Amino acid sequence: MNLKTLWHRLGSPRWLYQMSGPWIAVLGWLAALLLVTGCIWGLAFAPADYQQGNSFRIIYIHVPTAIVSQSVYMMLGAAGLVLLVWRMKVADMVLATAVPFGMSMTALALFTGAVWGKPTWGTWWVWDARTTSMLVLLFLYFGLYALRQAIPRAETAGRACAVLALLGTINIPIIKYSVDWWLTLHQPATFKITEAPSMPPEMYLPLLVNVLGMYCLFGAVVLAGLRLEILRRERDTQWVRQLVEARA
Amino acid sequence: MFTGQLQREFKLLLRSREELANPLIFLFLALTLFALGGGGSPELLSAFAPAIIWVLVLLANLLALEGMFRRDFDDGSLEMLVLLAEPLFLPLLAKIFMHWLYSGLAMTLLAPLAALILFLPAEVVPTLLLTLLVGTPALSLIGAIGAALTVSLRKGGVLLALLVLPLYVPVLIFGAGAVSEQMAGISNMAQIYWLLVISMIALTVAPFLVAAALRISLEQ
Repeated sequence: MNLKTLWHRLGSPRWLYQMSGPWIAVLGWLAALLLVTGCIWGLAFAPADYQQGNSFRIIYIHVPTAIVSQSVYMMLGAAGLVLLVWRMKVADMVLATAVPFGMSMTALALFTGAVWGKPTWGTWWVWDARTTSMLVLLFLYFGLYALRQAIPRAETAGRACAVLALLGTINIPIIKYSVDWWLTLHQPATFKITEAPSMPPEMYLPLLVNVLGMYCLFGAVVLAGLRLEILRRERDTQWVRQLVEARA
Repeated sequence: MFTGQLQREFKLLLRSREELANPLIFLFLALTLFALGGGGSPELLSAFAPAIIWVLVLLANLLALEGMFRRDFDDGSLEMLVLLAEPLFLPLLAKIFMHWLYSGLAMTLLAPLAALILFLPAEVVPTLLLTLLVGTPALSLIGAIGAALTVSLRKGGVLLALLVLPLYVPVLIFGAGAVSEQMAGISNMAQIYWLLVISMIALTVAPFLVAAALRISLEQ
């Protein structure tokens, strides 16, 4: 199947429903495997940090959630663009299901950051660049969630959220730069694509495993939410009825 | 198209004086409350003055946003505007410009008075005016998108704040930051350029997003 037909198939909720079943299973199991491996490896076998001791181990939760929460927002912007330009229903469903996931990941990253900050910085919260931009990201998620709740008609709500997600995506780099302006207490990014990590492999490999696991979890959760959304919105169609009757 | 809409908005504004005065009254009431709450201590107030003035400008701007499309939406003229064959962004730009005139520009003109109330050193006042002048257009432009998205909702007030205020963060940081740096004697041109950049990007992108948002809001 070439890309063009895949693109057209994606517009069909029925095809997506049938395809997503096996994918959820694959991604879900992969996520479970990777996250369990990464956590056990990171928590029990990775060496303790020479300065922070064992308290650094929260990095194995903190960094994956923070990375994924930002990726999810970028994906929301892309989905918003697809929805506004091509009016693809699936993009709207992705927009609807990914927001709560991204919101909880952002909240988790902030929470684990606070827990980590207490032993290492001596305080739960600092107004430093990264924590602040994560907090603003959380507010952007709140806004998307609240806007969808406030508009009664689902189609209208979806397209309004698409505009907002697009605007947020344009604004996020500016927010990041503005917030970076302050002298920062936070360490620089743990992973950079262009450089080798500053940690030894036995410390960053479990982290890498957990990041991949978190992305798989994200895929599985969004696809599962997508299936529910498809069933809910297509409940009056022939194929959904046949599906329900076959189950009953 | 642009000038016609501008004349109409101007007339409407002149005939509803209370709407014109609302943000300004809010600004001065809140300033007084800050001065009273701060114990009137000149050192404390002047240290926080850039932040207080900028935050109040943000909030006053937000207060004026609610009415931006409300009346036109209620009496149906917004729908007529959207149905016209002319490009929608021109009259929208006129509306946004009008909003900026009576919130952003008016506040810039009144800022010296606010600086006086909060004991901001006089040599910093030109910088404050400059940051307000280049920063507030971005507020009106970005805010218009939020106003357009929430215009059809009856209880849009808090939602509008939730949508718009996080997007105002960069303007606040650069605006208040530039004034504070001036007070500390550090060069602040970078922040002022940044404010200009944000206003320019907003001017390029916002009218089209406002048009899209209005079309969506009018669907229901």
